[in-house]
Amino acid sequence: MDQWISLDWDALGANFWSATVDGLTFGGIYALVALGYTLVYGVLNLINFAHSEVFIVGAYAVVFTLSSLGFGPSVPNLAWYAIAANLLLALVFGMLAAAITAFIVERVAYKPLRAKGAPRLVFLISAIGMSFVIQYLIFLWRGPNPEPTVIMFENKAIFDVGGTLIYFDSILIVSAAVIMMIVVDQFIRRSKLGRGIRAVAQDPDTATLMGVNRERIIVSTFIIGGLLAGVAALFYVMKVPSGVLYLGGFLLGVKAFTAAVLGGIGNVRGALVGGLLLGLIGNYGQILLGSAQWNDVVCFVVLIAVLMVRPEGILGSNLGKVRA
Amino acid sequence: MSTGTPMGGAGESQARADELLEEVTKPSRLHGLSEWWNHFPRLGQWAFLLIAVAAAFALPLVNIPLLTTEPGNDWPLACAEMARYALVAVGLNVVVGQAGLLDLGYVGFFAVGAYVAALWTSPDSNLVHIPYLLTLPLAAMVTVVFGVLLGIPTLRLRGDYLAIVTLGFGEIIRLLATIIPALRGQQGFQEVGHPPGTNAEGNPIFSNSAGAPWYWLTITVIILVMIALGNLERSRVGRNWIALREDEDAAEIMGVPTFRFKLWAFGIGAALGGSAGAIAAGQIGFVNNQRFDVQMSVLFLVAVVLGGQGNKFGAILGGAIVAYIPLRFTAIAEYKYLIFGAVLVILMIFRPQGLFGKRPHLLTFERRAHKRIANLADAPSPAAKETGQ
Repeated sequence: MDQWISLDWDALGANFWSATVDGLTFGGIYALVALGYTLVYGVLNLINFAHSEVFIVGAYAVVFTLSSLGFGPSVPNLAWYAIAANLLLALVFGMLAAAITAFIVERVAYKPLRAKGAPRLVFLISAIGMSFVIQYLIFLWRGPNPEPTVIMFENKAIFDVGGTLIYFDSILIVSAAVIMMIVVDQFIRRSKLGRGIRAVAQDPDTATLMGVNRERIIVSTFIIGGLLAGVAALFYVMKVPSGVLYLGGFLLGVKAFTAAVLGGIGNVRGALVGGLLLGLIGNYGQILLGSAQWNDVVCFVVLIAVLMVRPEGILGSNLGKVRA
Repeated sequence: MSTGTPMGGAGESQARADELLEEVTKPSRLHGLSEWWNHFPRLGQWAFLLIAVAAAFALPLVNIPLLTTEPGNDWPLACAEMARYALVAVGLNVVVGQAGLLDLGYVGFFAVGAYVAALWTSPDSNLVHIPYLLTLPLAAMVTVVFGVLLGIPTLRLRGDYLAIVTLGFGEIIRLLATIIPALRGQQGFQEVGHPPGTNAEGNPIFSNSAGAPWYWLTITVIILVMIALGNLERSRVGRNWIALREDEDAAEIMGVPTFRFKLWAFGIGAALGGSAGAIAAGQIGFVNNQRFDVQMSVLFLVAVVLGGQGNKFGAILGGAIVAYIPLRFTAIAEYKYLIFGAVLVILMIFRPQGLFGKRPHLLTFERRAHKRIANLADAPSPAAKETGQ
C-alpha cells in the first residue's frame, strides 16, 4: 500500500510564519461565524444547524453586489476610497441578506416548534431541513458551479517580519474580527438588549417573569448572529474570491461550530479564542500533512477531541454567567 | 379518535389519566390501523404477514400502471433501490428511532460497507479476492468495528453534539476516501463483485442492469433483519433502548447501563448500514468517493423521520418513499433535496412522529391494565370505547 500519511516537518518549519498569518486570518472568519452559533446556543441551548446557510446567503449577496458594481476577476481600477465605499455597500447588503435569512430560519424552523414545546431533537431536525431547503434553492438558482471570481483590491504586502510578508487583507480581517468581538462583547455586557440576552440565557422563565420579552430577545439573537455572519461573508469572499458555492457554507459552518465548541460554546470571548486557535491548528495540520483536504480532517478530529476531553471548551463559562 | 366524548361517571382523576394515556400513546389517524392489528389473532397476523411478504417478493414482476417508474426508470431497478433505502432506514431507525441518538454520519457506515465489498472483490484492488456473498457479513463486521470506534469516544455526548460529531465522522470517512491512495479517490473501483449464478444465455443473474435479483436479495436481508430486530426489541435490549430514548437520566438512575446500550444500537445500526453499502456496491458495480456525502445522510434521516422514528415498518416505508419519489417523478428529481428538506421542516412542525408513530409496546401493558380498571369501574371512558371498535 502506498504511504498516504506522512508528516512533513520541514515544510511546516519553512512555512511556519506564513501559515500562522493565514491561520489567524481564517480564524478571524471562523470566529465571526462562530459567534452566531454561540449566541443562539446561549439563549436557546440549541445548535442552529442552518447558520452555515445564513453565512453563505450573505456571501452570495456580497458577490452579487460587487459584481453588479463592476468588480470582476481583475484588480479594480479605482481610487482607494471608491473601493472602500463599494466594499462598505457590499458589506451592508451581505449583512442584510444574512440577517434576513437568519430571521426567516427562526420564524420557519424554530418558532412554531417553540410554541409547541417540542423536544430538542425535533428542533435540530427541522433546522437540518431548513438548511437543505436554502442550499438547494441556491443550487437550483445558480447551478453547481462556484460564482465567478471577484477581486476586491490589490492585495499588497504591508509588513515584512523576518522574511514573512503580511498582507493587507490579513491585517484587515484579523483586526476587524477582534474589533467586532469587542463590540459584541461590550454590547452583551452593557446594552439593554444584551442584558435581556443574558437574562434569557441564564433562566428563560424567570427572565419572562421579570418582564423580558423572550420572543424579541430570541429574534434579536438570530439577527445579530446573521449580521456577524454577513461580515464574515465579506471577508470570506475577500480571502477566497472564487469560493462562493451553494455547498460552501457547510464546511465553514462545521469549522465555525468547532471553533465555538473549542472556545466554549455560549461564550462570546470563547468564539474569538476558538476561531483563531482552530484557524491555526487547521493550517498547521494542512501544511504538516501536505494537502488542503487535511485541513478539514484535522478540524473534525479537533472537534471530537475537544468534546471528549473538555466539552465545556477552553473558556468554559456560559453566556448566562457573564457579569456586567 | 374522539377525545371529546363525555366522561360519564368517571371522576376527575380518571379523566386526567385518560388524557395522559392519550398523550403518551399519541393516537393518530393511523392509530386505528395498529389498534386493529393488535386485536387480530396471532395466527391471522402471521397469515397476513406471509401474504405481505409474498406480495413484496412479487413487486418487481408486477408492473402496476400508476405505480411504475417506467418509462423513465427501469421498474425492477427502482425496486432494488427502494429496498436498499429501506434497509438503510431500518438500520438508522435502530440508532435514531429506538435509542434516540441522532446520527448524521450514517453514510459513513454505508461507505465503509461499499468499500469493503469493492476492496475484496474488484479487480482494481490488490487485496485477496473473496466471493461477493462473503463480503456482506464481512462488511457488517468491519462496520461494527467502525461503529464501536466512533461510539466509544462520542456516545457520552448527547443530542445535537452527538449529531455534529457523527456528521464529522461521516465527512472524515469521505475525505479519507479521497486522500488515501489505496481507496482510489474519484477513479474508484470498477467491476465490484456480485453473487454467483448465470442464466440460460450465460449472463450473470446478478448483473448491474437486472434489478429483480438484487431486490430479492435485499428484501431477504431485510426480512431476516426484521425478525432479529423484533426479537431484540422485545428483549431487555429493546426495553433499555426505549428507556434511554425517553429519558436518559432516569434510565441511568434506574440502573440501565446507558452507554453500553447506546453502543449496542450504534453497532447494530452500523452493521446494517454497512451491509446496505455492500449491496449497493455490488449492484451498481462501481464505488468511488463521490456519493457518500452529508446530503445522503440527511436523505437517510428523512426516510426514518418520515416513516416514524422508532417504528421499523414505518422505516421501511419511509425508505421506499424517499427512493421512489425521485425515480417516479423524474421531472422533480432535480428538486429532491429541496423537497425532502421541506418535508423535514413540515413534518417536525406538524407531525414530528412521522407517518407511523412509535410502536408503544411497553405501553400496551399499561393500556390493558387501564382498560380493565376502566371496565371494572363501569365507566364509558374513551379507552373502553376503543375496545369496542
